[in-house]
Amino acid sequence: MAQSLFQKVWNAHAVRTLANGQTQLLIGTHLIHEVTSPQAFGMLRDLGLKVAMPHRTFATVDHIVPTDQFAEPYRDPLAQAMMDELRRNCAQFGITFFDRSTGRQGIVHIVGPEQGITQPGTTIACGDSHTSTHGAFGAIAFGIGTSQVRDVLATQTMALAPLKVRRIEVNGSLRPGVYAKDVILHIIRVLGVNGGTGYAYEYAGNVFDGFSMEERMTVCNMSIEGGARVGYVNPDETTFAYLKGRPYSPKGEAWDKAVALWKSYASDPGCTYDDVFRIDATDIAPTVTWGINPGQGISINESIPDPKSAGAPDEKASIEEALAYMKLKPGAPIKGTRIDVAFLGSCTNGRLSDFREVARFVKGRKVAAGVKAIAVPGSQIVAAQCEKEGIDKVLSEAGFEWRAAGCSMCLAMNPDKLIGDQICASSSNRNFKGRQGSITGRTILMSPLMVAAAAVTGQVADAREVFSLNN
Amino acid sequence: MSLAKISSVSGRAVAVPGNDIDTDRIIPARFMKCVTFDGLGEFLFYDVRKNADGSDRSHPLNDPRYKGATILISGANFGCGSSREHAPQAIQKYGFKAIVAENFAEIFFGNCTTLGMPCLSAKREDIAILSAAVEANPGIEVTLDLVRQEIRFGGQRISATLRESARDALVNGRWDAIGELLEGRNAVAERAKTLPYLAA
Repeated sequence: MAQSLFQKVWNAHAVRTLANGQTQLLIGTHLIHEVTSPQAFGMLRDLGLKVAMPHRTFATVDHIVPTDQFAEPYRDPLAQAMMDELRRNCAQFGITFFDRSTGRQGIVHIVGPEQGITQPGTTIACGDSHTSTHGAFGAIAFGIGTSQVRDVLATQTMALAPLKVRRIEVNGSLRPGVYAKDVILHIIRVLGVNGGTGYAYEYAGNVFDGFSMEERMTVCNMSIEGGARVGYVNPDETTFAYLKGRPYSPKGEAWDKAVALWKSYASDPGCTYDDVFRIDATDIAPTVTWGINPGQGISINESIPDPKSAGAPDEKASIEEALAYMKLKPGAPIKGTRIDVAFLGSCTNGRLSDFREVARFVKGRKVAAGVKAIAVPGSQIVAAQCEKEGIDKVLSEAGFEWRAAGCSMCLAMNPDKLIGDQICASSSNRNFKGRQGSITGRTILMSPLMVAAAAVTGQVADAREVFSLNN
Repeated sequence: MSLAKISSVSGRAVAVPGNDIDTDRIIPARFMKCVTFDGLGEFLFYDVRKNADGSDRSHPLNDPRYKGATILISGANFGCGSSREHAPQAIQKYGFKAIVAENFAEIFFGNCTTLGMPCLSAKREDIAILSAAVEANPGIEVTLDLVRQEIRFGGQRISATLRESARDALVNGRWDAIGELLEGRNAVAERAKTLPYLAA
């Protein structure tokens, strides 16, 4: 019977059915970081348990690392304590740790793919909701809580019920200036922030066929912002070409065998989906958020919603709450909104192609007076590649601060934070209240090039106009 | 490992209304700079509960009428965002034993269940009835019945459901899966042999 990739990978990793009806699912790859793992190791010690498969467990440090300080101890003793704890745990349990000294440190969702650890047809878990990123390779990747981190450490499995699968097809041609980020912001806007609850999203259509791996990762990354715990793209030649020759990719004869196996995991033509949703690529515009969740997005040329034109009473209430927090005027254009900070980076948009695209257009331009602009590569390898290509210089000359790899201003667990009610044009993934470190700080999500347009003009702007993209 | 069989939760309740209450709101990220979950309770909803100087803002959890409540009531998509278990840990350590909402974000729901903290879903209009009853009489005893899948309070009763696998796990005292997962050790090893990428 024709099956989807989700079903095939699930069945290949299902160990047995548990008493409550859930499946004991084998997790082939476990990625850990400093924030959600220390308590899990603590529980392991309390229970006297070992790590079941240390060779399938990989660690890095990302959330708390300062992006402007290399030398330890860090200024923040709590951050240093978390760093020390992760080192101790990895050493004690025999886990590979991509520490800063390895040159391979970075945001966990950037490190896995660039090391070739993330592979098609595998199951991956990590104590971080953006683990869905790895689905870009045709893996089934779950964000998990700390108790489940403990479960995976101790047993290499977790208890889970299967998800339904919704295929989201995007066909047609994306217009100039429309990026993968716009595709996912559009999907979340249309299907809602909880539209994906209970589903895995299978992204397909000729737009995804034509996307690079980095573009696919950007979309899969934000699946959770649409409520879907898992998002994936079927593996194809683009996937295999990306993986070939990476440190943990199979080599020689094993490579050919692996590719054959990976191909077999792709969804069969004619398989049944629980839902199919189609989007016309030409309907997608450069999209920005105006509110306090990632579903509150509009195209750059639309006006900020007016609660008066809201349908349901709770829609009205949610618009009012968002506008009060964002201090934005209903009915006004979003374009022209003054910004204070521009942030390029995060597990959504902190990859080489993101910085390349920005550098291509900001070369010779200057960040507007009064705007603090920071560019934070997602990994040490991304940083090194950018530096090799001179991208760091282009950005620095334009007025961006070029930083060291980490999560930075995406989530306020390190020194990079908004101050007061600053507005940030951000290439990250969440615009929740207080997300970027100030309890009144405001976030406008957008693609990296739109962040660049905002940085050089000092306001929310249409990158197509700022950089003459339509020509 | 013997776990409590959680077939019902009774106590006083408090409503924290709103949809899409995210995990950053439940526990702001800066409080996750810790290597244990101890003490997280005091930071629950911190940035909407406290002013910058640490003084109290107007918030249901600061209202003395609801002091000692053990059941948290909220709106749709509760717990969306990050997978941080710090969020349910903070709710539990604050003193809550269960949550009632219109629906829950996926990862959050699983994290709560694993901590033995039931998350029950009820219709929006029923949550409004429950919230109104609690507001009118904060001392009212509310009972969440996981067996009959209903909530009883002051002579009223509303329907409240939860996913069968979670309900079964809570009612039968197997909500923390670690024991059962460990028992599957041999089956795991057999399954692992069929997957080339797991070879050591």
